[in-house]
Amino acid sequence: MERYYQPEIECASREEIKAMQDERIVKQIKHVWDNVPLYRKKMEEKGITPDDIKGIDDIYKLPFTSKADLREGYPYGLLAKPLSECVRIHSTSGTTGKRVMAYYTQHDIDLWYDCCARAITAAGGTKDDVVQVSYGYGLFTGGAGLDGGSHKLGCLTVPTSSGNTERQIMFIQDMKSTILCCTPSYAAYLGESMREMGLTPEDIPLKAGIFGAEAWSEEMRRDIEKTLGIKAYDIYGLTELSGPGVSFECSAQSGMHINEDHFYAEIIDPNTGEVLPEGSKGELVFTSLTKEAFPVIRYRTRDICQLKYEKCSCGRTHVRMAKPMGRSDDMLIIRGVNVFPSQIETVLLNRGYSPNYQIIVDRVNNTDTFEIKVELTPDMFTDNMGDIAKMQNQLVSDMRSMLGIGPKISLVAPKSITRSEGKAVRVIDKRKI
Amino acid sequence: MSINQISVFLENKPNALQNMCEALAEGHIDMRALSLAEAGDFGIARIIVDKLYDASHLLKDAGFVCTVTPVVAAQIPDTPGGLGKVLAGLGTVGINVEYMYAFLGGHDAEHAYIIFKTADAAKATAALSAKGIIVLEQEDIEAL
Repeated sequence: MERYYQPEIECASREEIKAMQDERIVKQIKHVWDNVPLYRKKMEEKGITPDDIKGIDDIYKLPFTSKADLREGYPYGLLAKPLSECVRIHSTSGTTGKRVMAYYTQHDIDLWYDCCARAITAAGGTKDDVVQVSYGYGLFTGGAGLDGGSHKLGCLTVPTSSGNTERQIMFIQDMKSTILCCTPSYAAYLGESMREMGLTPEDIPLKAGIFGAEAWSEEMRRDIEKTLGIKAYDIYGLTELSGPGVSFECSAQSGMHINEDHFYAEIIDPNTGEVLPEGSKGELVFTSLTKEAFPVIRYRTRDICQLKYEKCSCGRTHVRMAKPMGRSDDMLIIRGVNVFPSQIETVLLNRGYSPNYQIIVDRVNNTDTFEIKVELTPDMFTDNMGDIAKMQNQLVSDMRSMLGIGPKISLVAPKSITRSEGKAVRVIDKRKI
Repeated sequence: MSINQISVFLENKPNALQNMCEALAEGHIDMRALSLAEAGDFGIARIIVDKLYDASHLLKDAGFVCTVTPVVAAQIPDTPGGLGKVLAGLGTVGINVEYMYAFLGGHDAEHAYIIFKTADAAKATAALSAKGIIVLEQEDIEAL
């Protein structure tokens, strides 16, 4: 039996959803026009005023917002409410530049936590579950979001935060945690550590996991589901929009339902900015319809994916987004070819390798070098050099057919690639371009 | 009849071999013979030790990837032509040697020992025994 946290919204008819969006976009645009100079300026440059936005169908008229716009606004630039009305900040990690600060009123926090509660419910959670939140707590939104959602649902919440793997496993066993929330790479690492401790899926009470904050493949999902003996659900979010829970997977595991009452999604051609027809692959663009303190208008996520509008077998009517191929930030261009780390992961898991790998890109004599460090698993090792060379060659040829470019494969000892407790460091790009 | 060799995966970088040796030393494992093969970014250390069971567990616990491989150890007189006789014994019955290495006899100064890997250890042992060449067992190695 599929359960919903807010069935009247999650299963509303498409007409009801549109009516909600029509009303909210008009109100939101008026709000940002009145309160955020940058948005007013951008609209004026396009020659439009809030009067031009009569419903959600007019959204295409609005200017885009880029990550650079948000960064330039540091620290208070895009704030749409007085600070005295705000109760919380979160921020992006700032690894690719200046941090983006996100502000929340109490209303914003409540709606965000509702979104996370919907995600936990969709993963089979009820108030009888014990939810272990192994996402980092702090400025990062992962810990706070799932923690808040778990509270809303009335689950016993175990706020272990990230790190200290043995303690995590101890809490899973002793607190009888049934739902684990963390990054997929950390879930894979926990699974590996449990296996080393001699634990089997039967020894741990987990039944589901909600994993997000980085791109992961279907193969990695199967791997985690097997080692932890759970069903693994994807969750998607951006600090710029609130955090995790912008969209989430249901029991059908066939795309993530976008919480359309709060976030309006479009797919655009990343080069021309043109809105693409339903079902096209392109860059995901979001508008927050209900955020008060830090609303974003047509924010370009740089995530490449597709939207699916047909009704889902779970009963939810909200549009589903495919797993993003990876942020365009994660995408590497090596010798002119686009390479997503998630594609590399797919090949490795298909051949039975560990999902812990590292991509090293450098430039020697004006040519990109492309190396993937792969951990050898003990059962793959043989005394026969020829067999190992064959395995390496197989991997190179699989990579070439997946990526269109052949890497150098270096086999390294198991566990020699540093494990991540938050977002995994998959790429070392030494090129100085 | 064959003896067991431990093959250890080593990354081709400084200290990789030393780390393995340290792990063995800590467990008071004595190596009878050692051979290294390298293939670019990694290599395989092949070792014959006095305490096989202890050594393989200790290496695994220390995080090394290793496997136990059956190989044949033949005793030959430490004189010119000694090895040739062994190889002739194998060649005449069509046995190919994949790799081999040798060591001198420890306390036994008269002999040298040849370790070699073939596709079929039993067949190789039979061919050598038929020529009167002494083939060692695991206990013999441990006692050397």
